[in-house]
Amino acid sequence: MTTTTPATAAPLRRPDGGDPVPAGTVTAAPGAGPMRFVRHVLALARRSLIKTWRTPEALIDVTVQPVIFLALFTYIFGGAIAGGSQHQYLQFLLPGLLGQSIAMAGVALGQNLNADIGKGVFDRFRSLPIARSAPLVGAVVADFARYLILCVITVGVGYLMGFRVTTGLLPAVAAIGLSIAFALCFCWISVFVGMIARTAGAVQGIMFLLVLPLSFGSNTFVQTQTMPGWLQAFVKVNPISHLVSTVRGLMIGGPVASDLAWTLGWMALLLAVFVPLALRGYRRRA
Amino acid sequence: MAPIMEAHGLVKNFGRTRALDGVDLSAEAGTVLGVLGPNGAGKTTAVRVLATLLRADAGSARVAGFDVRRQAHQVRQSIGLTGQYASVDEDLTGVQNLVLIGTLLDLPSRAARARADELLDWFDLTEAAGRPAKTYSGGMRRRLDLAASLVGRPSVIFLDEPTTGLDPAKREDMWDVVRRLVADGSTVLLTTQYLEEADALADRISVIDHGRVIAHDTPDGLKRVVGGLRIRVRPADPDRTADVAAVLAAVGRGAPEVSSRHALTVPVLDESALAEVVAALAGRAISVLELSLHLPTLDEVFLTLTGKPARDPSPAAPSADVQSEEDAA
Repeated sequence: MTTTTPATAAPLRRPDGGDPVPAGTVTAAPGAGPMRFVRHVLALARRSLIKTWRTPEALIDVTVQPVIFLALFTYIFGGAIAGGSQHQYLQFLLPGLLGQSIAMAGVALGQNLNADIGKGVFDRFRSLPIARSAPLVGAVVADFARYLILCVITVGVGYLMGFRVTTGLLPAVAAIGLSIAFALCFCWISVFVGMIARTAGAVQGIMFLLVLPLSFGSNTFVQTQTMPGWLQAFVKVNPISHLVSTVRGLMIGGPVASDLAWTLGWMALLLAVFVPLALRGYRRRA
Repeated sequence: MAPIMEAHGLVKNFGRTRALDGVDLSAEAGTVLGVLGPNGAGKTTAVRVLATLLRADAGSARVAGFDVRRQAHQVRQSIGLTGQYASVDEDLTGVQNLVLIGTLLDLPSRAARARADELLDWFDLTEAAGRPAKTYSGGMRRRLDLAASLVGRPSVIFLDEPTTGLDPAKREDMWDVVRRLVADGSTVLLTTQYLEEADALADRISVIDHGRVIAHDTPDGLKRVVGGLRIRVRPADPDRTADVAAVLAAVGRGAPEVSSRHALTVPVLDESALAEVVAALAGRAISVLELSLHLPTLDEVFLTLTGKPARDPSPAAPSADVQSEEDAA
């Protein structure tokens, strides 16, 4: 059988008019090992950011949602909870809400990864000579931008509502930095669930089941002393409580050392447990 | 010469389903291996094992001199994979898709961009290069997907049903690309459901069924077994079926078979038989609704090789017009 192209099909142009580079020759960029990994992660993070940029509605959970929570709790429950002073409650609530909503913000990451994997793009990544973890780490790194947006909007809107940092700029920046760092560790739970759940909807269901008790069973909205003893026991070990206490101390004053140590400990534990679990789930999902 | 790609006794189970049941495959460097089989025969699973996406439960495979299980990283440096479903990132533009792959393959950023432009030009995507891939047509996505698998100039390329769902003209374009890749020195493993496609492109064809290779031969060798070109005629007037049968019996090699809707099929020696049939039909004033020259369909291949039709109903075979042009050229 001959190989002539029929007239109906426009022949495809040849690359550089013949004289092709022999198959199997790739000119590698300099730098190996860790630098190579970082380059791959950043390229994949850029991919996630482009996707976010193209679908701005995916940012609702880090823009509109925290503002609604802020207004809802300040203006509807604030008076009742704080005995009349909404401003006093806002001072208490905002650092707490920062910790709570940043933990919630990781849910979308697991959902997105779950949906992505079903589309075949990850098959291509898997067929490339890159570290298996690079696509997951890249997605997590890109989520940094979402967490930063959340912090800026929450604190910004809080300021318009009358919230004031009473400690100083540096502690406030540290509080935001810690919140984002915590989120980057906490979101690995979501990545793990994203790897093992069958659908993106299931990821959301599982994550809410986990995040809701953690965020409401904390000192975010009310003082721990107002709760029954058994609940206080839970609240006191809850990582979100420790994060909230630290952020609160850094923004409006108070002791932070012990809660900071607890928070950092929790962050290390979350990474140590859920990064390997997520990678295992990723490897098994073929 | 040692084959650049070989698999021995690959077994893969998914739960209680045995997707691969001892598959052996082999391809020499610079050739096209066609893997022919219906949906669910195990073609995609075999490709995924060879491309290091899946681990076989038993058996071994080497690609480009490396073991797919123990040297997966080296294998990945040598292969390009184009899946059955275009795996491009819909939110990224054509350029962004290709530059991302280039960066992941450690091309310096300017080289990655140059390679992307080169491939976009080759695949006629330059105009659409700056648009998100979700605005592309099916054929454009398929081309972008194939371009993405070629960024690293792989020496072994896996094409999993690259033309399924493409219209005949686009199919020809894709065939051209495959020939070009082989001319550049690559080895191609191509899965397909069309004997026409395997015949047009492959140096060797492995027919796969229920996770087993049931035939491995050159296209000519396979056609000797399953029969070569056939002519199919459907008279406009069913009452003239007997006349058509007489015409076909005179031209063809063997007795005409009656298939569905009063259509008759007969094996012929070569494409010149078509002109004879047309002349004979015209001489007897028999008008026809259908007249085609084609290779056996997948169903006919399987009927001959296994005595049973292909497990899944095969999709419509490529248009006979394209096939006869292909032969006449």
